[in-house]
Amino acid sequence: MRLKKDVPLIDQHDQFGFWGGKFGGSFIPETLKKPVEDLTEEFKKLRKDKKFIKKRDYYFKNYIGSPTSFVKLENLSSHLGGAQIWAKVVSEANGGAHKIYNATVHALLCKAMGKKYIVGDTGAGYAGKMLSMAAKKFGLKCKIFMGAKDIKRQKPNCEAMKKNGAEIVPVYTGSQTLVDAVSECMRYWVSNCDNTHMCVGSTVGPNIFVKICGWSTAQISRELKAQLKSEFKKIPKKIKLINCVGGGSSAYGFWSEFIDFNKKQIELIGVEAGGPKKSKLHAAPLSRNAKIGILHGAASYVCQDNEGQINETESISAGLDYPGVSPIHCFLKDTKRARYTYATDEEALNAHVMVTKFENLNPSLEPSHAFAEAIKIAPKLSKDTIIIVNSCGDAQKDRDILRERLGKI
Amino acid sequence: MASLINEAFKKAKNASRPALLTYTVAGDNTKKQSLKILKSISAHADICELGFPHNTPIADGGQIQSSAYRAIKNGIKINDVFAIAKEFKLSKKTIPIILMGYYNMIYQYNEDKFLKKCKNSKIDGLIVVDLPYPENKSFSKKCKKQGINFIQLVSPTTSSIRLKRIIKDSHDMIYYISMLSTTGGKLKVSARKILENYFKIKNQNKSKNVVIGFGITEKTIKSLKKADGLVVGSAICKELSKSIKYRQNAVTNVTNVVRRLKNKIK
Repeated sequence: MRLKKDVPLIDQHDQFGFWGGKFGGSFIPETLKKPVEDLTEEFKKLRKDKKFIKKRDYYFKNYIGSPTSFVKLENLSSHLGGAQIWAKVVSEANGGAHKIYNATVHALLCKAMGKKYIVGDTGAGYAGKMLSMAAKKFGLKCKIFMGAKDIKRQKPNCEAMKKNGAEIVPVYTGSQTLVDAVSECMRYWVSNCDNTHMCVGSTVGPNIFVKICGWSTAQISRELKAQLKSEFKKIPKKIKLINCVGGGSSAYGFWSEFIDFNKKQIELIGVEAGGPKKSKLHAAPLSRNAKIGILHGAASYVCQDNEGQINETESISAGLDYPGVSPIHCFLKDTKRARYTYATDEEALNAHVMVTKFENLNPSLEPSHAFAEAIKIAPKLSKDTIIIVNSCGDAQKDRDILRERLGKI
Repeated sequence: MASLINEAFKKAKNASRPALLTYTVAGDNTKKQSLKILKSISAHADICELGFPHNTPIADGGQIQSSAYRAIKNGIKINDVFAIAKEFKLSKKTIPIILMGYYNMIYQYNEDKFLKKCKNSKIDGLIVVDLPYPENKSFSKKCKKQGINFIQLVSPTTSSIRLKRIIKDSHDMIYYISMLSTTGGKLKVSARKILENYFKIKNQNKSKNVVIGFGITEKTIKSLKKADGLVVGSAICKELSKSIKYRQNAVTNVTNVVRRLKNKIK
């Protein structure tokens, strides 16, 4: 299994959609074959269409607010000693997280295909919130599928979705979290694929959804590359790009431009959700060595039992609380290009506290997992090492959880 | 081909009626109970589909999901599913059994081991919901080698080129999904339209047995009588859920539903 150079990772799959011969694919019911093929064709065409790219870039700049800033966390760096810690503040994007990139592109695709309805899944509520924003912006009717447990713990985002005119469909099956929301959303699509477009909220699902999402979030690393050059004159010698990984959309977007670099120069570190310290449950299929399985139309490392039943997961961050992970991260793991680890709920909370104490930054619980790793390794590293954390979400949505756990208002 | 599946269709055809295919979930709500139900309904059904329950079934509606969750909660394992089928076949040698489920379970069990076990348990056919053509080519070949029918699914969204290829690659039976829906949805397409699509498939190769499934209930079954076979699943699972809820005899109730279904197409 090998990575190719000069080919975007999203395109390094075989004719059946598998990365490295075994991750990804399209394990879908027959009914979805046609809409998936149609979408594949449309995307293939549009990504080469100059007008479409121009439109995308227009909305990225004027609607999303690209580029998001790249800042040094001076106080945190000097407090910890060792490496310099920087942040790519993707949470500045319209809506407060990276999910807006994928949502905007899907809304544009939906319009291009002449469909009037768009549906999507959401965990933390960001994918749902952004899809509802994009739907409103482009005049599409929108339905969001969300686990009942997540609706309770991510209220602010639900309020935003409703305000944008989207219908939230609560999902009561299974663990009532993201995994069930994705299943229910796919079921809805099976029943309504003739007039409805589906947006998968991360780089997961059947092959084409991995590609579209990765293509959308890749904007993050294009910006970062330019920002690194203007800040340091050239790409520095020792960089560590740290990103949280649930489905893996922000991590892929943060890394895509840097995958071709030597890993000694640019190390890619993915941080999964380790769950509560004392719990056996987690949402870390990559770093805790789950077996390959098929979930939501793709083969990836999946938290599951011997029989192939999908395990329940547990994490303080709804956005990472997912038993599967993107096939492209499985590929990056097996080719050893990226290193994956996990942070527990407690470590993420502590990281959130520390970052907000020292910096004018309010990372949500998802990127707080990435900050936990940065905080852990920074003191051991040299001063010329540049750690960059993708602060991909704002903690406003976590206010209830933070209040409960930290007594914070 | 002298498969039991073919024989079952022939038998129904000789009686000038479509074959009745039932779907129940193995282990719903216990291993023992589901075997009893299976044995009892097979007095009226021509072919029995037995679902191996999965907890993330992306193509199933509420009724079959409930059945699957119940079975899993009661501890059903893949080997139990095989045991149920094997036990059933001891007394009902001529009734074909088709296992139906999701690919991850076969993948985890190992394809070859799974097929060996199928053969050993006298399974006649397999339906894998999320392993479409052409991805299923190699697995379907393996099935054929073991004398197991791999059943291809076709839906209203299947293009005509695709349809030709799928039919060419199919074994004795083809499953036509009546409408855009998960299992157990309300029939939202007219019987005339469904049959029109059905004959588009049937007329391409008359030697293939084509069945229609999804949305078939006591109310709708008669209108689709012209098909080679009709599959009823959710309506049966629903009756079982109801029997459990009201603490009634599930075997009797479910059998009565199947008997009534059969009477409607006689």
